[in-house]
Amino acid sequence: MLLTDEEKRMLDGQCGKGVMKAMELLVALGKAFDAERLIPVTRTHVALSGQEGDTYWCGLLADGGARCTVIPTTNPAWDVASLTKRYEVTAEELDLALRTVDVYRRIGAALTFCCTPGLGTNVPAFGEHIAFSESSATPYVNSILGARTNRESSVSALAAAVVGKTPLYGFHLDENRRGQFLVRVEAPLGEPYDWGLLGWYVGRFAGSRVPVLHIPHVGSRPSPESLLYLGAELNTSGAVPMYHIVGMTPEAQTLEKAFGGSVPEAELVVTKRDLREQEDAVSEKGGRINLVMLGCPHYTYAQIREVERLMKGRHVRDGVAFWILTSCDALELASRSGERERLAELGVDLVADTCIDEPCWKSFEGGLGITDSPKCAYYRERRGQPFVIRRLSGCVEAAVCGEAL
Amino acid sequence: MSEVERTYRCRCIVKGSGCGEAIVSREPMCFYLCDPETGTVIEKSHPLQGKSLAGKILVLQSGKGSSVVQVDGFYQLWVKGTLPAAIIVRETEPVLVASAVVVDAVMVDRLEADPFDVISDGDWVEVDADEQLVRVRAAQ
Repeated sequence: MLLTDEEKRMLDGQCGKGVMKAMELLVALGKAFDAERLIPVTRTHVALSGQEGDTYWCGLLADGGARCTVIPTTNPAWDVASLTKRYEVTAEELDLALRTVDVYRRIGAALTFCCTPGLGTNVPAFGEHIAFSESSATPYVNSILGARTNRESSVSALAAAVVGKTPLYGFHLDENRRGQFLVRVEAPLGEPYDWGLLGWYVGRFAGSRVPVLHIPHVGSRPSPESLLYLGAELNTSGAVPMYHIVGMTPEAQTLEKAFGGSVPEAELVVTKRDLREQEDAVSEKGGRINLVMLGCPHYTYAQIREVERLMKGRHVRDGVAFWILTSCDALELASRSGERERLAELGVDLVADTCIDEPCWKSFEGGLGITDSPKCAYYRERRGQPFVIRRLSGCVEAAVCGEAL
Repeated sequence: MSEVERTYRCRCIVKGSGCGEAIVSREPMCFYLCDPETGTVIEKSHPLQGKSLAGKILVLQSGKGSSVVQVDGFYQLWVKGTLPAAIIVRETEPVLVASAVVVDAVMVDRLEADPFDVISDGDWVEVDADEQLVRVRAAQ
């Protein structure tokens, strides 16, 4: 790989140990993928996780004197201040969360603690070269906004934030952004939930290939939330950081443009029945629940308002906790505008800065939860809590009667 | 019987060197599914389930699993000193590379021969990533 004199100095340790480690990672990646050189990035997002390995890496760079030059926004860990008042965590878990905040603050990250940067706090324009980690964010910024990022890990995105560069390979190059297989969608699609199920279904088939969705009978254009759900699930059941929708996404105004002149490798047809069967396959069977968990990815302000509309003033059943995970911006807006207080009176709590996959939720483990996100269910299962997966209206009805149908 | 040592060129991904007994994984691996105390693979139905990677030369098809868990898996093994002495990768992927750099796990790829053909379980292997060479002495 060709390195400039300045890049060589970074790699040799002349700019400090932290910068050297970050550079080592970028060069190793570049070599592995035959990148000819590094290119500047204009934005970064780090999927901070609050796991030891990730926190160690950030500490290694920060203690080695490195600071971010392209300020990254960050994923959530969990809101220590509010959740430790409600739920038990061990001293080690609390300590790790506090250390994570400390090292990311020291390295100069913007502590947004939000997994939907492309919807608010870190929005690239078309064609920007960026380094984003977080499985729901990368498909959104690539596919919908037309920015260019690889499927970064939290550690490689942080290295890019420090150095301000990324190796030129993969989705930074035109030829790798073209569609590889065609998906003809016959199933009707409405709210974000439908798009999420479609994403999960197509992701299983995709592996790491780029799908081109052709949806001739789409009723109404999908909302940003729907597109976010589609990408989140595509990139969880599969490894799909980019997709096209013919006539809708910016690099796919026509079928021909989406494939860049090449022929689809395969074709998949998705019917209404396929999505119904997919729902049955990913969801647990109904039953009594102890938790409603929404906000994987983080709920927007519009989705919070939709929850209030569907609640119709009814109270959540005793013995059921109802949590909506959201961005600090949406939480602030809901506080000012009144939704937060009104929902709290009904037993629905909002929390910012928090992910579903964190130790603060362990007191619910062993019981059954309900969510509108297959991704949420997938990660929570690893921690010992099975989830029923239903559309939002089904989640709300389950909250009110204490049982998922 | 005389021992035959063969030498192969490779490409350095993470510098350093290591030697030890070979252990071959024809399946991709998620290091989060190893017991950090012993380096033993605990992933159900993985071909290496029950075998330890600690101190060995791991010949690996590729990596799998989300970046968060792979990085944490490497980290936990590193803390306990149960990482392989070096890793020879057949199909490199980004998360595996990033995870190895984080803890300085010696890693090479692009062996000039297919590593599955020329290295077997129990062979003595020396990996010199700095010189980009792998030496193999077949088990008797």
